[in-house]
Amino acid sequence: MAASGCFGYGVEYADVVDLSSLGAVVTKGLFLNAREGHPAPRIVETPAGMLNAIGLQGIGARRFVDEKLPELRARRATVIVNVCGTTIDEYVEVSRILSDAEGVAAIELNISCPNIKEGGIQFGCSLPGTAAVVSAVRKVTRLPIMPKLTPNVTDVASFARAAEDAGADAVSLVNTFLAMVIDVESRRPKISNVVGGLSGPAIRPIAVRMVHECRQAVKIPIVGMGGIANARDVLEFMIAGANAVQVGTANFVDPFIWSKLLDGIGDYLERHQIARVADLVGTVETRQAAHEPM
Amino acid sequence: MPVDVDAEVIANRALSSDYNVLALAAPQIAAAAAPGQFVMVKPGAGFDPLLRRPFSVFEVLRDPRGAPAGLTILSKRIGPSTGLLYDARPGDRVACLGPLGRPFTPVDAPAEAWMVAGGVGLAPFATLAESLRARGVKTTLFYGARRSAELFYLDFFRALDVELVLTTEDGTAGERGRVVAPLDRQLAARPASSGVMVYACGPEGMLAAAARTAMKHSRPCQVSVERIMGCGLGGCYSCVIPMRGDDGKFHHVRSCLAGPVLAADQVLWD
Ligand SMILES: Cc1cc2nc3c(=O)[nH]c(=O)nc-3n(C[C@H](O)[C@H](O)[C@H](O)COP(=O)(O)O)c2cc1C
Repeated sequence: MAASGCFGYGVEYADVVDLSSLGAVVTKGLFLNAREGHPAPRIVETPAGMLNAIGLQGIGARRFVDEKLPELRARRATVIVNVCGTTIDEYVEVSRILSDAEGVAAIELNISCPNIKEGGIQFGCSLPGTAAVVSAVRKVTRLPIMPKLTPNVTDVASFARAAEDAGADAVSLVNTFLAMVIDVESRRPKISNVVGGLSGPAIRPIAVRMVHECRQAVKIPIVGMGGIANARDVLEFMIAGANAVQVGTANFVDPFIWSKLLDGIGDYLERHQIARVADLVGTVETRQAAHEPM
Repeated sequence: MPVDVDAEVIANRALSSDYNVLALAAPQIAAAAAPGQFVMVKPGAGFDPLLRRPFSVFEVLRDPRGAPAGLTILSKRIGPSTGLLYDARPGDRVACLGPLGRPFTPVDAPAEAWMVAGGVGLAPFATLAESLRARGVKTTLFYGARRSAELFYLDFFRALDVELVLTTEDGTAGERGRVVAPLDRQLAARPASSGVMVYACGPEGMLAAAARTAMKHSRPCQVSVERIMGCGLGGCYSCVIPMRGDDGKFHHVRSCLAGPVLAADQVLWD
């Protein structure tokens, strides 16, 4: 799947990839109303990663349904909408609009954006907040709901459990890590929002650990992400416990990455004589840590 | 439709201790590129640097029969990516995605084209000058740099009959000072009845000054903006620029899709 905020509304990539060949297109985060987001500069590169504070610029749920969804439907994309809110009522209202629309496959509840003050992460950093958003949205939609968890907590597995208990159909993780880069010459932050979210290969080992922890804690499917840049990384997440994965930052580097990932996974399955990729999920052998001969 | 080419470096010419012109074997991109469009470039396959960088297509290279064989980019060494591009050697591979973005809209004679370039902002004007010449449009290049040694490709433009107005900050060539000063004077001296399209590219301060100057003299102006870009395809919303929308209100617009060439009077310059 293409990760939220890293693939526009999907339509931007229609000339580059066959959208129907993706597991899903996860849209840029949507509030009820349009938002202009933070001023530039919004990103800065870091060692093997990047920091972003876009500020959830977006066109709002209704315009998305009217202007983007028809093209996504025509291209037979599986659409997961990343839903944002500053209040529980807003999450509910946006989810209702999407449930009434034709062509939405699932809702990813963004309770984990580190880049805006109000809403989002304030729910994702509290267990009762997580449960409250999930159960409120649960009441108004039959669509599968998948809260997206923040890694900026001590025990991410407890949040996965809270989501499962509140009626989530799946969880996705991780969103970005709150981080900062300073220009030492001018002593100013490199992005306008001062702090931003770290993504890319640099975060991958932490994200893999968190998926592994969540796998021990919940039965519902886990969608893993964080720094995936090639097929090996996809397999690592699946072995750690992810049923599916999303790719964000690496799509910026290589918009043609999708078929390369599939080919690499296919090669691996053949080499290991594994029938289905699902057979790999959560198969990490932890009883004795692997010691490779040096 | 953009293509991604694992392009071989054909040549790398250092113009100074900071600037270089890198020639890439990307014929499909060169054939499709229009003046003002850009490519997203990444030297090396590793994670440092991670992201691609945007570059205007500087020149379209042609084989002896005139078919597009490659393109060049004009680069100024400012960070790790441009450092690697400065040091690249023939035979190296550079990922090159393009052509991307909205190109310049050319003018028709008898209107004239006045191109205003600051530093590395020269990049989109080589191909624009060629296409203007093919249309028979009289073209002037206002070109400013820090010093004489950083004014490049002057003979290239002279060969296209482009009139040159040069400025340097230290006065080592042309007029001393900023490039917008002669632009302002010459626009003021020109009768309003004779058409001029201003094209500008360069650092943000210069771009804003060029845009304001053109607007002050009621001349249309197209600017090519250079913002930090994550993807070049509209996926990341990093490269936004504040603009006045059709509704008259402020919007953040992605310069990779709506630009890099924008109408100067729609950009909110402060
Ligand atoms: C530029 C950018 C914008 C993002 N916008 C969103 C967003 O709108 N909603 C969201 O849930 N996650 C957003 N994310 C987080 C990604 O979806 C993903 O969780 C994170 O980047 C880690 O994956 P990666 O390392 O593959 O990029 C954004 C990430 C980036 C880099």
